[in-house]
Amino acid sequence: MERYFDEELKGLHKDILAMAIMAQEAIFKSIEALKNRDAQQAKEILDYDDKIDQLELDIDEKCIDLIARHQPMAGDLRFITTGMKINAELERIADLAVDIAERVLELADKPILKPLIDIPKLSTVAQNMIHEAIDAFVKKDVELAKKVVLSDREADNLRNLVQDELINDYMSKDPSTASRAVPLLLIARHLERICDHTTNIAEDVIYMVEGKVVRHHPEELES
Amino acid sequence: MANIRVDNLDLWYGSFQALKRVNAVFGEKRITAVIGPSGCGKSTLLRVFNRMNDLVEGVRTTGSVFVDAEDILVPHTNLVRLRKKIGMVFQRPNPFPLSIYENIVFGERIHSRRISRDTLDDIVEASLKSVLLWEELKDKRHMPALRLSLEQKQRLCIARLLAVKPDILLMDEPCSALDPQATAKIEELMRELKNNYTIIIVTHSMQQAARISDETGFMLLGELIEFDKTENIFTRPKDRRTEDYITGRYG
Repeated sequence: MERYFDEELKGLHKDILAMAIMAQEAIFKSIEALKNRDAQQAKEILDYDDKIDQLELDIDEKCIDLIARHQPMAGDLRFITTGMKINAELERIADLAVDIAERVLELADKPILKPLIDIPKLSTVAQNMIHEAIDAFVKKDVELAKKVVLSDREADNLRNLVQDELINDYMSKDPSTASRAVPLLLIARHLERICDHTTNIAEDVIYMVEGKVVRHHPEELES
Repeated sequence: MANIRVDNLDLWYGSFQALKRVNAVFGEKRITAVIGPSGCGKSTLLRVFNRMNDLVEGVRTTGSVFVDAEDILVPHTNLVRLRKKIGMVFQRPNPFPLSIYENIVFGERIHSRRISRDTLDDIVEASLKSVLLWEELKDKRHMPALRLSLEQKQRLCIARLLAVKPDILLMDEPCSALDPQATAKIEELMRELKNNYTIIIVTHSMQQAARISDETGFMLLGELIEFDKTENIFTRPKDRRTEDYITGRYG
């Protein structure tokens, strides 16, 4: 039986998807700005974040309103509560895109420290993860969500590689490289945090679809 | 104290099968809610537990219902003893047109011929205290019960049950005639009573089932479709039919 409530839930779904696309775009732009050392593009990300913040507030308000008026149960309840959580994760992801953009601005007028190899790899992992997490949310695809959760290890490994290289090969040997190495170190950290938030989204999708809590128990996904 | 175990219970009203292969355990000192659309058999199930369906012509049951170790569906069951052990609260409070005092001692007067005034006074006090009416009514015990508010009447009906010291309380939509405030008070009372009694409540209000029960059973067309912890039923039901009903898609 089609319910009036379904229309409202579809509206919420559309808003979360719009939020996801905006967060994804923020990351994409921040990575592009880094690749191109483009200060102008980096500044645009800072402005774009205000729109994302506003949408986050709107979605939150909509979720609270739906809970208050409809007292949802079961699948409806799981969709709205995970919607709220995914919304918050997306907002944090967009904030991290801003953090990356700020680092790009710090690096923009400095000479290149080294050709970037692992950071672009890490950014590709982050973009793939967020793309797949959103896809899993749209298609209610638990297998894809599990794949996203398990990808997080790769992001951690790449972050460690970047960190080891910048500390051991540059900052330890020549402390004067710190002003250029630290922003890169932070960018790797921001990208890795984006992957962590994306992992949370994927875990939320699994809960939304199956009602199964996999947070803090990644071993359950492999069994 | 008692629990109820239902084994392969079928019930027919003439040729209409109202209960189909019901199996469940209703836990001791817990509140179990039974939900489902009108006509699904939930009230029929409740009425099996104190053999109220016996009053309906053409009723026939197979299977067993054990209260503790005793199958209450066997013909020689002592129904007076059974209904003393398993009391029932109905949709509309139905106090007798007597005083508050006489309502409460009514059962005791039937069950025990010779009983002192002091004992009856003690029963009235203890019963009214159990339903949190003592402070309000201790000086009005001889007032006609029909002058009470609906909520007070429902509490009085519960007090009247408690006076005969049952183990199990069956509640058939006990709040459907009450406003939200009175409903909240009866629900509070149920939480108190749970410490000493096994409670089974049939309710149309899913929010009420979600608020007060430990376990919930969902019935549809005479079948017990799903029976689980209440938090599971309302957040992650296993059966699609349960999901459809509690999210309002059934119909």
